[in-house]
Amino acid sequence: MSLEQTLNDWTQLRRTHPQPGSHPDLKWAMAIDLDACTGCNACVVACYAENNLPVVGKEKFAAGQAMHWIRVERYWNEADENSPEQGAQFLPMLCQQCEAAPCETVCPVGATNHTADGLNSQVYNRCIGSRYCSANCPYKVRYFNWYNYPEQEKAWPAPLPMQLNPDLTVRTKGVMEKCTFCVQRLTDAKNTARNEGRAVRDGEVLPACAQACPTSAITFGNLSDPYSHVAQKWRLQRVEINKDKQLKDIDESHPGLRGYRILEDLRPYPSIMYLERVRDNQA
Amino acid sequence: MNSVTQVKEKDIREDIAWAQINRDVLKSLERPRATYWLLFALCFAMFCVGVGCETYQYQRGLGVSAMNNPDMWGLYIATFIFWIGMSHSGTLLSAILHIIHADWRKPIYRFAEAMTTFSLLTAGLFVAVHLGRLWQIYYALPYPNERWVWPNFQSPLLWDAIAIFTYLSSSILFLYIGAIPDFAICRDNATGWRKYFYSKLSLGWMGTDRQWRNFRVSYLTIACFLIPLAVSVHSIVASDFAMSQQPGWHITSFPPYFVAGALYSGCAAIITLFIMLRYTFRFEEYMTMPILDKIARLTFAIAMVWTYLNLIEYSSVWYGADTVAKETLIQRATGPYAFWWWSMNFLGSVLPFTLLFKKRRANLTVMMIVSLLLNLGMWLERWMIVTPTFSHGYYPWTWDHTFFPSLIQWGIVFGSFGWFGMLFMLFCKLVPSVSMYEVKEMVYHRKLAKIQPREA
Repeated sequence: MSLEQTLNDWTQLRRTHPQPGSHPDLKWAMAIDLDACTGCNACVVACYAENNLPVVGKEKFAAGQAMHWIRVERYWNEADENSPEQGAQFLPMLCQQCEAAPCETVCPVGATNHTADGLNSQVYNRCIGSRYCSANCPYKVRYFNWYNYPEQEKAWPAPLPMQLNPDLTVRTKGVMEKCTFCVQRLTDAKNTARNEGRAVRDGEVLPACAQACPTSAITFGNLSDPYSHVAQKWRLQRVEINKDKQLKDIDESHPGLRGYRILEDLRPYPSIMYLERVRDNQA
Repeated sequence: MNSVTQVKEKDIREDIAWAQINRDVLKSLERPRATYWLLFALCFAMFCVGVGCETYQYQRGLGVSAMNNPDMWGLYIATFIFWIGMSHSGTLLSAILHIIHADWRKPIYRFAEAMTTFSLLTAGLFVAVHLGRLWQIYYALPYPNERWVWPNFQSPLLWDAIAIFTYLSSSILFLYIGAIPDFAICRDNATGWRKYFYSKLSLGWMGTDRQWRNFRVSYLTIACFLIPLAVSVHSIVASDFAMSQQPGWHITSFPPYFVAGALYSGCAAIITLFIMLRYTFRFEEYMTMPILDKIARLTFAIAMVWTYLNLIEYSSVWYGADTVAKETLIQRATGPYAFWWWSMNFLGSVLPFTLLFKKRRANLTVMMIVSLLLNLGMWLERWMIVTPTFSHGYYPWTWDHTFFPSLIQWGIVFGSFGWFGMLFMLFCKLVPSVSMYEVKEMVYHRKLAKIQPREA
């Protein structure tokens, strides 16, 4: 945000909540079906491989310093002990790419911003590591480089650096990072589409987690394209990006609806819709 | 033992000769008690511990502080607030009491004002220590650059940076301007390098009428400028929390609560330093018991304001519609931090009642211990604001997350007290820590009042 821009358009300083059509052509979004999720952690492994995430080791993991951009959270429902999962419930949690992101407003240096295609971006070079973004993130999905993993902590001893993804950086100590929806893939797909003079096709690009999911629990695509898979899923569930209460919450006469967004009432307008799990006895 | 004709003790003797004042205060610049050097060595050792810890943290990364996800903020931020808070009472004593003409402040405001400056410098260190990449700290400042990249003016942390810089620069100016006539006295009595040093500092002060007039005006102007700054600086620090979305932080009453807490811990620190200076520099004539009594009563009053605002916070959270904030409050009182939380409430709200008793107020040992404990309570308050929210936020994944700072973190916090002490003691050795010209004024006015008592 330059001074010139700021003076020209003061309204840029205010971030109101998103309106339909604030990303008319491209708005990346996701739908995660918890009924399909088996908690296999393939998405997590894929994410580590794709995004050059350091494996921090047992001690640092126990100290809460792991770098999993996507994590499969386990919750236990004791009333449900006799089910095949013995009461386990899984929830893959990643950056929700909020439209009105609480992390963006508080960053003192403006290192985290919104992109035109609806992503919550993180500029590593600009980040000074105040960690205010994480303090204000309701989902706690931002991960901080507590150590210099590549060099001092030897997260990738030779010859492992050879397998690092060349499409993105290996982050240094002291910067914040988080799920980017695999922005390197998205950028690549957008470039290809532009070179060929067309729009990005549905299914042309997937983040690593969606690609790796064996049960296809993760649907990814362009929400602004009404024919994309993800837009259809959102529409079927009557979930709208610019609302903080969905039809499911307002009107109980729709028992079939199972789409919801996490902590919606805080109004971050997240870009990920979760689909509630259906129990065998409910079906 | 004469209870019938109990004479009210005076703030200061009216028959101290002016030359005597000069002699007593200038002596503090020369030969203090051995305690001074002992304290200085202690502070320096503490400072070295802090520097060692910070060097290690700088080399390895912030992970050595044992902070983690979700506990992204730890003791650094808590201690940062604590030091910012300490700075407030200096302004209270020197600026606010100056404007309302409370002349008992005169023998003690100089060191209180120095405390303001040095605690701000200490607080500034914590901003740097807290950052992941402290070598890029200048990104947070709005400096002109060829790429037109500016900091994010929406962020409360940026407001912080601006408010603290403004407050620090004005309080340094205030401290300096207030000391110019005293530097002139030092100059007139010094020899060698000190003569050169003080003549530079005294800016050619001759004590002419014109100089005094300009001095008074500029001193009063900065005093008036400083008061709103003091209030705003801690309100803005409170905004770091109140403007965020987290339960336990997102509370409207935070700014006044923080300002009250700041004045509270600052007053307690003034008592501590008062007793230390009185002993080390033999200032018994100037830092008298009646003055200590007045600060103690002031501290009690502020403690009650703080308690009130604290209870307001609890009750507004308790009766508010934000159930998560209420759970966080319950978690603070019953969860892993319960001991610290209850200690904070006890030390902050119950202990100050000791100050109600005249006998206790007149006992230096008791006052020293009480003032240190009050500040411990206020430090715990800051810690209890910052940390428990992380262990019980909105999202269940963060619940029941216990976090205890590593020794590195404690070491840096410990070292900051050494750094502050070191700066403060150096100051006392170089600058008269009792304002000579103002004590003279005070003595003169008291004498005048005795000769010509005001009509009742």
